[in-house]
Amino acid sequence: MANTRTMNVEPSGPKPKKTLSRNNIFLYGTLFVIAVYYAVPLYVMIVTSLKGMPEIRMGNLFAPPVEVTFEPWVKAWSEQCTGLKCDGLSTGFWNSVRITIPSVLVSIAISSVNGYALANWRFKGANFFFTILIFGAFIPYQVMIYPIVIMLREMGIYGTLTGLVIVHSIFGMPIITLLFRNYFTSLPEELFKAARVDGAGFWGIFFRVFLPMSVPIFTVAVILQVTGIWNDFLFGVVFTGPEAYPMTVQLNSIVNSVQGVKEYNVNMAATILTALVPLSIYFVSGKLFVRGIAAGAVKG
Amino acid sequence: MNSVEIKKLDLHFGSVEVLNDLNLEIEKGEFLVLLGSSGCGKSTLLNCIAGLLEITNGQIFIEGKNVTWSEPSERGIGMVFQSYALYPQMTVEGNLSFGLKNAKLPKDEIQKRVARAAEILQIESLLKRKPSALSGGQRQRVAIGRALVRDVDVFLFDEPLSNLDAKLRADLRIEIKQLHQKLHNTMIYVTHDQIEAMTLADRIAIMKGGKILQLASPDVIYNKPKVKYVAEFIGSPTMNFLKGSISSNQFSSSLCDFALDGYSSDQLNFSGNAILGVRAEHISSGDSASLSQVQLNGSVELLEPLGSDTLARVNVDGSLFWVRLDGQSKVSLNQELAIGFGTENIHLFDAVSEQRI
Amino acid sequence: MGWLILDTKNEIMDQKRPNQLFRNKTAKIAAIPMILTALFVFVGGTIWTITYSFTKSGLLPKLKWVGLKQYDRLWATKKWLVAIENLAIYGILMLLLVFIIGFILAALIDQKVRFENTFRTIILYPYAMSFVVTGLIWQWMLNPEFGVQSIVRDFGWKSFSFDPLYNSDIAIYGVLIAGLWQGSGLVMVLMLAGLRGIDQEIWKAARIDGIPTWKTYLMVVIPMMRPVFITTLVLVTAGIVKVYDLIVAQTSGGPGISTEVPAKYVYDAMFSGQNLGQGFAASTMMLLTVAIVVIPWALLEFGGDKKHG
Repeated sequence: MANTRTMNVEPSGPKPKKTLSRNNIFLYGTLFVIAVYYAVPLYVMIVTSLKGMPEIRMGNLFAPPVEVTFEPWVKAWSEQCTGLKCDGLSTGFWNSVRITIPSVLVSIAISSVNGYALANWRFKGANFFFTILIFGAFIPYQVMIYPIVIMLREMGIYGTLTGLVIVHSIFGMPIITLLFRNYFTSLPEELFKAARVDGAGFWGIFFRVFLPMSVPIFTVAVILQVTGIWNDFLFGVVFTGPEAYPMTVQLNSIVNSVQGVKEYNVNMAATILTALVPLSIYFVSGKLFVRGIAAGAVKG
Repeated sequence: MNSVEIKKLDLHFGSVEVLNDLNLEIEKGEFLVLLGSSGCGKSTLLNCIAGLLEITNGQIFIEGKNVTWSEPSERGIGMVFQSYALYPQMTVEGNLSFGLKNAKLPKDEIQKRVARAAEILQIESLLKRKPSALSGGQRQRVAIGRALVRDVDVFLFDEPLSNLDAKLRADLRIEIKQLHQKLHNTMIYVTHDQIEAMTLADRIAIMKGGKILQLASPDVIYNKPKVKYVAEFIGSPTMNFLKGSISSNQFSSSLCDFALDGYSSDQLNFSGNAILGVRAEHISSGDSASLSQVQLNGSVELLEPLGSDTLARVNVDGSLFWVRLDGQSKVSLNQELAIGFGTENIHLFDAVSEQRI
Repeated sequence: MGWLILDTKNEIMDQKRPNQLFRNKTAKIAAIPMILTALFVFVGGTIWTITYSFTKSGLLPKLKWVGLKQYDRLWATKKWLVAIENLAIYGILMLLLVFIIGFILAALIDQKVRFENTFRTIILYPYAMSFVVTGLIWQWMLNPEFGVQSIVRDFGWKSFSFDPLYNSDIAIYGVLIAGLWQGSGLVMVLMLAGLRGIDQEIWKAARIDGIPTWKTYLMVVIPMMRPVFITTLVLVTAGIVKVYDLIVAQTSGGPGISTEVPAKYVYDAMFSGQNLGQGFAASTMMLLTVAIVVIPWALLEFGGDKKHG
């Protein structure tokens, strides 16, 4: 079926394509609209957080600030009040840091060893316990929360940083162990066997052979854990007291419990500050982040 | 009118030239094989003919029609893929009829074509099965069937046998040849396997670096390779090569000197560095070597007994020659062996341009 | 750990089979955290909670058996019923929409669009943020004073009304919008990975057969992606049941109790309502909901054999 319309043009070379073809308009148009739906909230937040309150009251949400001011940010960081303290979000920030760093380290340390043990040292019952672990990942936290509270109380660490770190490690175990187990399984078994023949034992092989080869997967695990733990709210609110609240909890109480005049610009600055850490990681790590969630989703 | 014509085809991916000024004319009912190693552009060329890849320059004609801008389904082609690419969720019957149903063909016409294809390929008993329940060979037949039902003039095969084991490959090769003999359709077949090429093709196009090095019948390709690459590519074991030079109709090298009368040359009065090529089966050995024009002495380094023949690797002063011996010959390892050949069976190539002399 | 390494070395050189219990001793020791967690926290904790849901626990857990009383009370409480209803609405709509949106986005991006990375970055970034942040962002976007409603009005459409969060009947849909904003990126990424796993030659074969692109997606590709769909379904469902922070941040359960969800009901009962029994019963109900989805999937996925991967 030669193009009767273009009979006078002898087809040669690439087919002439109007860049504005119907398909392309639909495709890029839809994607653009969707991108707007996603980007607008963030844009609005940034823009509002840089305006003074009078400007905000005048209305137009989308207009860039006539007068850029960083005062809301300063206020959010160091002056907002939670309860009796008026140190701003900086308290929460450092709390989150104090919570996240040990939690990430401990949870990854435990889970990587778990994954390694499961992948290379098959012992009786290993898979049984692992299956329970995986199922555990689906159990709503609420079901297990109270027994944990009791356990931590008994151990005397309820309400302490240690307790929270343990909780995060526990709940991070299923996915992160799965991640490492899958990764270590994909490494050639000959490597492991050769090391054993050389006389290395459990820890020897782990530290000297596998660890150096696992930088990418550790990176992915760190990304997943930092994001998950930093963004956590439930455990933060259950297992700590007001002085030790992580940033997310503090943010919520600042914004939602303030009576009277709501300072939207400060609130938005506060929100952005809270999201800054995981967002930065996200924007920097890009593909690795995607790999992390994909890996968490692919079972077995 | 040729079945398929390709004129001045160029394909660039960005700055990389994948196909360059390619011209090809394929006759009606011809079985043409595109042969070459990975990356030579053979699959790319096939995909261009199919319309799955957009070309940068040139034109493609199928059955006289300019299809350069046509969709694959409008080009009058059927295609068989290396991984069969059967629709996994449909039965064999579904796979065969999917395209036809989409083209809104009447039901009885669809049934007729499916039945005919099933009969030719002997897959009637498999019609209700899903691809996962079929063996490799059966899947490939269904893939061929999918092309058959389209009632087209030209069939394209993209390394269809590469995923099969050796025995199955040999069986299906014969089936494809028989299919061609029965249907007389034009078939363009891509492979890296020279045996497939030699046994199936009416003509072979040997490709390298996006260009066709030689387009000729298997006989000509084997016996009169135009470039050294072709000579080296075809034939098992590989052709033996010896470096030397030619002047005044004489070949000289570290091992031998001899006159070139009796050699049918493409370039008269050539002089300069040259490469001599001679196939293992054209080298005589032992007593019969004494009757050859050129005679050498070496020792047997390696023996590969194949049953019907024995291949011997003979070391002549550091140069290695593969020699084909009769399977029953009593040659042993490290034995001194006389070998020889004559000018009627040698190939000479310009050392610089690698063209046939 | 020197002596442990020596131990293993001896095991290798040992002629007779070492005692089963002491084989891989180090590995077993290393896996103790996992074993403890699995047993005590996951299994033990769950059983404990379920058990105590049958008791008359108030401020503190009390082992006084009352049978199904807590459950009766639960199902008679308006707040719980609203919570369940909300979860159903939110859950079903979220599932449907997040799949449709996620898949369409993945299909669009799979068309080899330019700026793929940019689009993906923009669509996925909400997932990197806390639910609290998301909830707050959408609390403001849906604020009638200066959110979407006021913007549209500014554009001229003076009677446009869009403040779901102030309307008890449809507040839950406001939460849905926020949830979709956060979750579609994840589904898109998973679907895209699935699409990329499809043999390219299937696409070629469909083109040769003359099948239009949309039809190929519908009748060939999506059926081939069944495993990915199912995995994503399970993940999204598990996440939906747990939804808590989003509600707390965006609406605090309001207006009134119109955006209550089970997770919040549990938390409130346990930590502010001094009603542990109710909390346990409610969380057991949550567990049941998840089990209904996860167990059939697990059986399907892993059949009879217990091997993973």
